[in-house]
Amino acid sequence: MRAIALTWAHFKIGAMNELQYRSNFFIQLVHSGVALATGLVAIVLVFSHTEALEGWSRPELLAVMGIHIGLGGFIRTWIQPNMQRILEDVREGNFDYVLAKPVDAQLMVSIRQFKIWHSVDFVIGAAVLGYALSQLGNSIGLSDALAFALVVSVGGIMIYCAYFIVITMSFRVISLEDVMDLFNGVYETGRWPVTIYPTWLRGMLTFIIPLAFAVTIPAETLSARAGWRIVAVALAFGALLLLITRLVWVTNLRKYAGASA
Amino acid sequence: MIRTTRFYGAQMRHALVGEMQYRTAAFLLLVGFLFEPIVYLVVWRSIAESQGGAIGGYTAAAFTAYYIVWTLVRAMNLALTPYVWDWRIQRGRLSEFLVLPAHPFHRDLAWFAGTKFLWILLWIPVAIVLTLTFRPELSPTMFQVVSFALVIWSGFVVRFLILYLMGMITFWTTRASALFEIVIAAELLLSGRLVPLSVMPSWVQSLAAWLPFKWTFQYPIETLIGRLDNGDILFGMFMQLAWVGILGVSLALVWRIAIKRYTAVGI
Repeated sequence: MRAIALTWAHFKIGAMNELQYRSNFFIQLVHSGVALATGLVAIVLVFSHTEALEGWSRPELLAVMGIHIGLGGFIRTWIQPNMQRILEDVREGNFDYVLAKPVDAQLMVSIRQFKIWHSVDFVIGAAVLGYALSQLGNSIGLSDALAFALVVSVGGIMIYCAYFIVITMSFRVISLEDVMDLFNGVYETGRWPVTIYPTWLRGMLTFIIPLAFAVTIPAETLSARAGWRIVAVALAFGALLLLITRLVWVTNLRKYAGASA
Repeated sequence: MIRTTRFYGAQMRHALVGEMQYRTAAFLLLVGFLFEPIVYLVVWRSIAESQGGAIGGYTAAAFTAYYIVWTLVRAMNLALTPYVWDWRIQRGRLSEFLVLPAHPFHRDLAWFAGTKFLWILLWIPVAIVLTLTFRPELSPTMFQVVSFALVIWSGFVVRFLILYLMGMITFWTTRASALFEIVIAAELLLSGRLVPLSVMPSWVQSLAAWLPFKWTFQYPIETLIGRLDNGDILFGMFMQLAWVGILGVSLALVWRIAIKRYTAVGI
């Protein structure tokens, strides 16, 4: 209960801060529009040469793209700004102050920043997904919608875990900014269903950076390719990942030595 | 002339030695770059195979060769991002460059040129792994290899000039990022970075012919993978030089106006 109140308070501060810079909203709108346009061009180009990509039809790929854009918005609104802040704090020695606060430190470092303008991508992603579903034409029942909601939330949490584990390493290796770039590079692969990739890459995108669970499988639940068994696997793997994240955090925190005065 | 050459030599060595200290970071960046072409490669190879052979004249193996060479061309093409100008101007950091005897452009160009040697070095193991994993079709002639070794440098200069020219916009507004994104997206589509232009509709190809982008991406790649005859290769060199001339003169003119607008406070 306290965690929710705390998150809400931080969210409000973040939003109020960003609301001072309203023109940033329009700049973000152009950025997102350009990204959407190039993504659509790629899909149009692919389907001007073929009917299906490894068994995925155009609306199915659009659904994948919609989820990818929406999740990207979620990452840039919430996950990435917080992770960036941890890196800065560790480097500049401000991290000690976080640890001194009377709240669980993992919770605290995960909710300090919200870049609300990036949630434009969340809206755009939802719109693309909605359009894709109308094109798909198969009726989506309550259970499909439920499965989708479950898998996509678990997927978002898994992405958080993957980021958080890497950032926790920053207690020992400071120069991790390049790792963030690497992450962004990997995230782009999620624009296409992971089933088209060679086995080694698919394995990596399933278990190391779980884009398979976060993007591809949710899309599969909507086009009725995935059954409840996969939903269960996703839930179990998500829970495991959360546990691992907590363990990595706790063990690394013990090794943390403040760099500040 | 001799002074300029010596300056470039010194600055390039300086850059190389400096960047060598961060070779792990550079390697990670290079690995990060790999995901983009691997995605394109997988998608287009799969389409070429499902369509029974070739798309836009590219077979699956030719696509593979295209995107493997792409990785080196991408590293060679890294140039000063226009966003740096935001920082230089907002923080007044440009002042320290202006009091130095060499023009900032030469400092920046020489710096980036110097780092290319590190990129080439780091790229070699990457290329070996990619070649063993994806099996490209690649058998260049001596002329193509030598031309490639030249045109990746001139392609770099063209792209460097484009981005530098874009950076000049920040002398008028520090909120130019939307414009940068539009140009970068245009480059993605019209340079051959996303796909070889022959896969695109013909009107896109004719549009691209009038722009500098394809001479920085597609042309160097196709020089090596044997899609161009010797005449095309020489014509491409001419086009690169022509664009260096056009962009270089424009930059010189814009710089003169832009720098008058610059005032710095403090430090």
